[in-house]
This record gives sequence, structure tokens and C-alpha cells, in this order.
Amino acid sequence: MAESFTHDHDVLVIGAGGAGLRAAIEAAAAGVKVGLVCKSLLGKAHTVMAEGGVAAALAHVDDRDSWRVHFADTMRGGQYLNNPRMAELHAKEAPERVRELEAWGALFDRTREGKILQRNFGGHRYPRLAHVGDRTGLEMIRTLQDHGIHQGIEVFMEVTVVELLKDGDRVSGCVAYDRERGKMHLFKAKSIVMATGGIGRAYKITSNSWEYTGDGQSLAYHAGAELLDMEFVQFHPTGMVWPPSVRGILVTEGVRGEGGVLRNKAGKRFMFDDIPDNYKAQTADNEEEGWRYCQGDKNARRPPELLTRDHVARCIMREVKGGRGSPNGGVFLDVAWIKPHVPGGAEHIKKKLPSMYHQFKELAGIDITQVPMEVGPTTHYIMGGVRVDADTQMSTVPGLFAAGECAAGLHGANRLGGNSLSDLIVFGKRAGEYAAKFAKENGGVQIDRAQVEAAECMVLEPFGRSAAENAYAVQHDLQNTMQDLVGIVRNEGEMAQAVDKVAELARRAAVVGVSGNREYNPGWHTAIDLRNLLTVSEAVARSALLRKESRGGHFREDYPDKDKRFGTVNHAIRKGADGQMEVFEVAVPTPSDELQAVIKEMG
Amino acid sequence: MAKTTFSIYRGDSEGGQFADYQTEVGEGMVVLDCVHQIQAESAPDLAVRWNCKAGKCGSCSAEVNGKPRLMCMTRMSDLPEGETVTLEPLKAFPRLRDLVTDVSWNYGVKQGIAKFAPRAPDAEDGTWRMQQEDIDRVQEFRKCIECFLCQDVCHVLRDHRKHGEFAGPRHFVYAAALEMHPLDTADRVEALKEQEGLGYCNITKCCTTVCPEGITITDNAIIPLKERVVDRHYDPMRSLVRGLIGR
Repeated sequence: MAESFTHDHDVLVIGAGGAGLRAAIEAAAAGVKVGLVCKSLLGKAHTVMAEGGVAAALAHVDDRDSWRVHFADTMRGGQYLNNPRMAELHAKEAPERVRELEAWGALFDRTREGKILQRNFGGHRYPRLAHVGDRTGLEMIRTLQDHGIHQGIEVFMEVTVVELLKDGDRVSGCVAYDRERGKMHLFKAKSIVMATGGIGRAYKITSNSWEYTGDGQSLAYHAGAELLDMEFVQFHPTGMVWPPSVRGILVTEGVRGEGGVLRNKAGKRFMFDDIPDNYKAQTADNEEEGWRYCQGDKNARRPPELLTRDHVARCIMREVKGGRGSPNGGVFLDVAWIKPHVPGGAEHIKKKLPSMYHQFKELAGIDITQVPMEVGPTTHYIMGGVRVDADTQMSTVPGLFAAGECAAGLHGANRLGGNSLSDLIVFGKRAGEYAAKFAKENGGVQIDRAQVEAAECMVLEPFGRSAAENAYAVQHDLQNTMQDLVGIVRNEGEMAQAVDKVAELARRAAVVGVSGNREYNPGWHTAIDLRNLLTVSEAVARSALLRKESRGGHFREDYPDKDKRFGTVNHAIRKGADGQMEVFEVAVPTPSDELQAVIKEMG
Repeated sequence: MAKTTFSIYRGDSEGGQFADYQTEVGEGMVVLDCVHQIQAESAPDLAVRWNCKAGKCGSCSAEVNGKPRLMCMTRMSDLPEGETVTLEPLKAFPRLRDLVTDVSWNYGVKQGIAKFAPRAPDAEDGTWRMQQEDIDRVQEFRKCIECFLCQDVCHVLRDHRKHGEFAGPRHFVYAAALEMHPLDTADRVEALKEQEGLGYCNITKCCTTVCPEGITITDNAIIPLKERVVDRHYDPMRSLVRGLIGR
């Protein structure tokens, strides 16, 4: 067997969302030969779905903001399991990365002084999110795309990577196939940046598209890299719940930033009932103060709807489980109520939240300027991912880098809204920079034909098993397993069951058969994606089993409280010598003296 | 629940034919849901391009009952009840397989348009000042999700196949966004006339009609660009002045 195409690059970037594009641009600027591989067409990656904004302490709306406050907010939101150096770099560099987007053509909404406007978001002390209505992700990816296409980057669209290759300890390239023709490609590269995003497709209810099958985490793991914090999956509190076919589609936190409130079926704003102690000092205790905050009153504290996502999601679950939910199993999110209190009324809502207005109008036949939305938690993001060095983003495999959602460290146990888009550009840039440096400083790589052939064999095997297991059925069962057993509320028994079920599903996946030919065959693509979905699902379940406490995105009904001991450790994962998955504890990195002082000062 | 029949184009670049599939349509389902259900039930190799399923990425463009639509934003309840739903690929681009077409031509056209070139920063810290009212128009253009439905419906591409001489509505919106960007300094007027074939557009506004983002492509992007071309080339006063000073 032989691949149809071979390619040779200094730096190969896998994934073309915000992080991948930013990495490719940076690597190209360093003067090396750059390839960019993406599963979809260019500009379609999940970054387009990001709505609310990009967090950066520009201090345009509130001059009390600074990198220190942003850093402290990020650490508090992550329950101090974050890598403090990453949180520091992120807070310090985000403003420059946002300004750079403007220099590349992005048009953020403006303040009266003509500067970039910033909005409130959950867990951020001051208005911090630069935004474009509620389509900030689209603006960001289009800006990077339109800038990137003029930088001499070779782009491979609709190409899926199936295995990383090694030359000794070092990464040396990858094997991939193109969706259009089903031909095999061999990519040789001195360094590789993984920017493949998340794992949302392992769950039934998710805001993620089909692409989010954990490729980066899984491929890195199978190539010997360590993963970190895989138990921390973010369930966004507000996804659509009706109609059933759109269940899980995201409803931006920006709705709450603009004054939207959560109510149960009795009309009660239940978020006031449960404000965590460490947020009491900065959270409004009455409706009037919360609304003043949303209107920009600097002396007001933020409404409890803008508490961190993990907490809001659990409060919604509590209402639903307690029989106080909305008719379709969610709660009500009401932004229509602000109409009499803002100039322009309904038009103001449409201007601030155009995509949300459009989305509900088109998909649910609901006018959000008139009636409340129904919302409930949806699998949105994974805080965990490839374990990387804070400064360089290199994984534990030399030459293999990771950035964005597929890397771990910045967000700890829970990510703040808006910190993802900033993560992409801050660490995408760093990954590109250091991957180029690595390629320049280290010589060429050798391709091991045996590895290539093994990968090609694995990819084509399903065609020989025509009457076997159905790939869609296995994927469906896996999504139900993860949703039901390793979801928003977890316990020992269910997760142990999930580990067994994932093993059983892996046995079924091994005998999946595919019909048709290799040209744009979704059945085949689904079959190949299963390996990655199963790997990351096992990683999530095994890490979660070992964390016998509740913290951030990880909530256990059998251990509902935080445990101090677990507050000092991250869970790392590697492939053992016997091929089995090993989970082990590593100490959370200690913040520098300066950072400790910042944390202490900010509370 | 009653089953609905879908007549779906199956084939590749060589040719193909319509095949019928039946599937149950549940509450609130969109056309793309039905296609996925058919894949899972009876046609695992039915090719369809999709991504966000929320009208934000512009991947799942196809022709639903002959009209260019995003399949993820077309609700079954908005189609005639009890009638067969016809699905076929976009017609302005080469067919690859089933509902998937080769849209790579669009990426090449975009690359040929002069990139954003900002003026020197307004402030010492390297930043600019812009008023919201000055960017409202450009923000409308930047809502484009590159679904290429406007390209598909445009008769210059769809019927007259002027792909070599005409950039299409999408790229006029792109060029307009750059031309009207308050910071931009590049000049695309000559290229719009000579290379991108702006003159072929005869303002039938089909593109505006199909745009899922509601961008007023013809009135807000194309006509102002045409005016710029006219001002430059056909302004009688300017011609007179040019004649008098001998340039």
C-alpha cells in the first residue's frame, strides 16, 4: 500500500480554527515552510460559533481593569488548578493580540471615544470582552483567514489526520486522508502544532459540531504525549432545549451580560438562592443592583446569572430536577424584560444579540424580544487536553505542540467565558513561534515506513468488513453513555460502568464495516473518528473517577464538596508500556511570588 | 408519525441520478436533520458537507426544492406538507459527490483581491479610533458566512458560467467591506472593473434574496462599488478636465 501524496514542511499545523490559524501565521512570519491541515473548509471551524467575545484587559470601559485582575479572575474561575504561568501570560498578552486583530482588519464594536468596546461576562470583574454583536468568533476567524491566505501558508482543506509519526522520541509527521477523494497523504514535518479543538461529540447534547471528536488529544496520547485535567468538561448553562433537533445549540452568555435573567416556572430568579462564598463579595444580592451592573454602573456588583458557568449549570439542573423547570426540561432565560428600561426597546435587543434573535426566530419560531427562551446545560468545552509547557506550548513529545482547546492548563477546573478566544490567539501565537524555532534548531526527520503502513492499514480496514457493526450506531451509543454516566452530575458507580461500556464499545468499533467507496464517504469518516472519541471518553471517565471531590466543571454527588488535597493536584494521563491508559497525579505548579501576591490582593 | 419522501441527488463528477429515501420527521426538524437520519438509517455513504448546524458556518448549502438554502436553517414545517422534498447540490460549482460540490474556486478568487492595508495608527500606542456609525455598514458585510448561496443563484455564474471573468456577489461584498473599511488605504476599483467583472452584474438582486444573513448585497455593496467605478471612468466633468489638461 502507498499513499498518493507526500508533503514536506518545517511546521505543520493541524486544525484551522483560531489557534491553528494564529499558529500558522506566526510560524510563517518566522520564515519557515508552513502547512495547515483542516477537516473542514477554511473558515468553517468551530471558532465561528463563539459568540460573546474575547477577554482582554484593555480597560476601555472600566479603567480599573488590568492584567492582574484578569489573571486573578481566571485563577478563581479555574478553582486554582490552572497553570499559573499560563494564566499570567494569557492575561498579559491578550490585549496585544486583540489589537493585532484590529490591525488585520477586524472591526469590533466601539465605545463613544472610538475605542474597542467591552462587555460584561460571567466571572470577569470588569467589562472585559471585546466583541462584535454576538458573532465575535466569526469576526475573529475571518480576520485570521483573510490575513492568513496572504502569508504563504499551504492549506489542505477537508483533510483528516489519522496518526502521528515518530522518529525516535521526536514527532516526524503524520498520515492523513482527504475527504474528497479518500486518498492517503503523508506529511513530513520537523514540528507539529495540534489545534484541533475539543471533544464535544463524545456527548449527546452538545454545542459542538461533528469535527470535535478529540483528534488532537487522542493522536497526541497515542504518540506518547501526556494529557492533563481530562475530567474537567464544561457544560455551558444555556443551550437551546427545544425543538429536540436543535437541543444543545449554544445560547450566548452575552444574553445574560445584556441583562437577561434566569427564572424557573414560578417566575422566580433562582440564582439569588445559591451564591458561593468566594463570590459573595462581588455578586449583587438584589435585582435592582444586578440591573445597574448590566447598564454599566461601576459601583454595582454583577447579578448572580453571571456567576461561573459550572455553578450556573448546576443551579439550572437543580431547578429542573426539582420539578421547577420549563415545559421542555430547561429553565427560562428572559431578555425581553429589559425592553422598557433601554432606549430602543426591542431594537436594542436585536442590535446587541442579532445571532440569538435570528437563531430562535429561525429554529424555534420564537421572538426573544417578546417572550423568554427555554435553555438548559449543553456540553461545550473541555478544560483538559494535551499537557504543554506554559511558555512554548510544547507537549511531552519533542516537536509536538498544542494550543487552544486541545491543550490544557490555562483554565484549570472551569473556563471563564471569553477566555477561550483569547486563549486561541495568545497561545496559538506562542505555539507557532516555538514550533518554528524548534524546526529551525533541530535537523530533518526520518519517516519510518512501518508506522506509515500500519496507519494506512488501520484506516482502510473497515472497507473489508461490509456486513459488520454500524459506525453511526457505535457513535450513538457512546454519546448516550457519556451523557448519562459521565455528564454534569457524576458518581462512582456510573463512571465505573462508563469505563466498562467504553471498553465494550471499543470492541464493537474494532469490527465496524463500511459500504460504498472512498470518495466523500461520511460512513467511513465516522468509523475512523470512533477511535479518537473512544480514547478521549476513556480519559474523561478515568480521570473523573479518581477525583473524589467536586470542583469546577467536575461535580460528584457522592463527593459534593471540595477536598483540599485534590486542590493541589492535576490528573495526568499517558499510554502505559502495555498499551493501557494510566492516570497519575501531578502537583499543580506553584505560582511565582508576584502571582501569589496578586491572588492574595484580589481575593 | 408519517414518513416524508426525500428525492436526493446521488452521483459524482461523472453524473448521477435522484434516489428516493423515506424517513420520519419529528417536531422542529430541519432538512439537515433528515439527511443525517437517512445516513444513519439507510444511506451511510450519502455525502453531505456540514459543520455547525446553527446557521453560522455556511457549510451545508444545497438546493432544497430547487432553491439555494442552508439545510440546517430550513425547517421541515416550512416546506409543503406531505410532498416529496428534492435535494440537490449547488449548480454553480463542479459536483464532487451527492450533495457536495467543489467550492475551491471561491477561495482562489478571494486570494486575488487586494488585502486589507490599514492607514498609520491614530494613537501613539499603535491603535486606531473609529466611530460605531462609521463601521455599521462594514459590519453588515462582515456577517457573511461564506455559504456561497449568492454565488449559486447568480445567473452570471449559474447560467453563463463566467467564472473566469466574474468574482460573484460574495466577493463584491468582500471587496466592499475592504473598500468601505475606515482604515483601509488600498484601491480595488480598477481590479473590480477589469478583473472581477463587476459590470456583468445587472442588479437582479437574486443574491440579496437568498442571503441567509440578510445582507443587502446589491443595494449596499454592489451598487456603491459600481458607482465608484463609474465615478472613476465615466464622470463627464473629470473627462473634460482630463481633456483640457491633456491627461
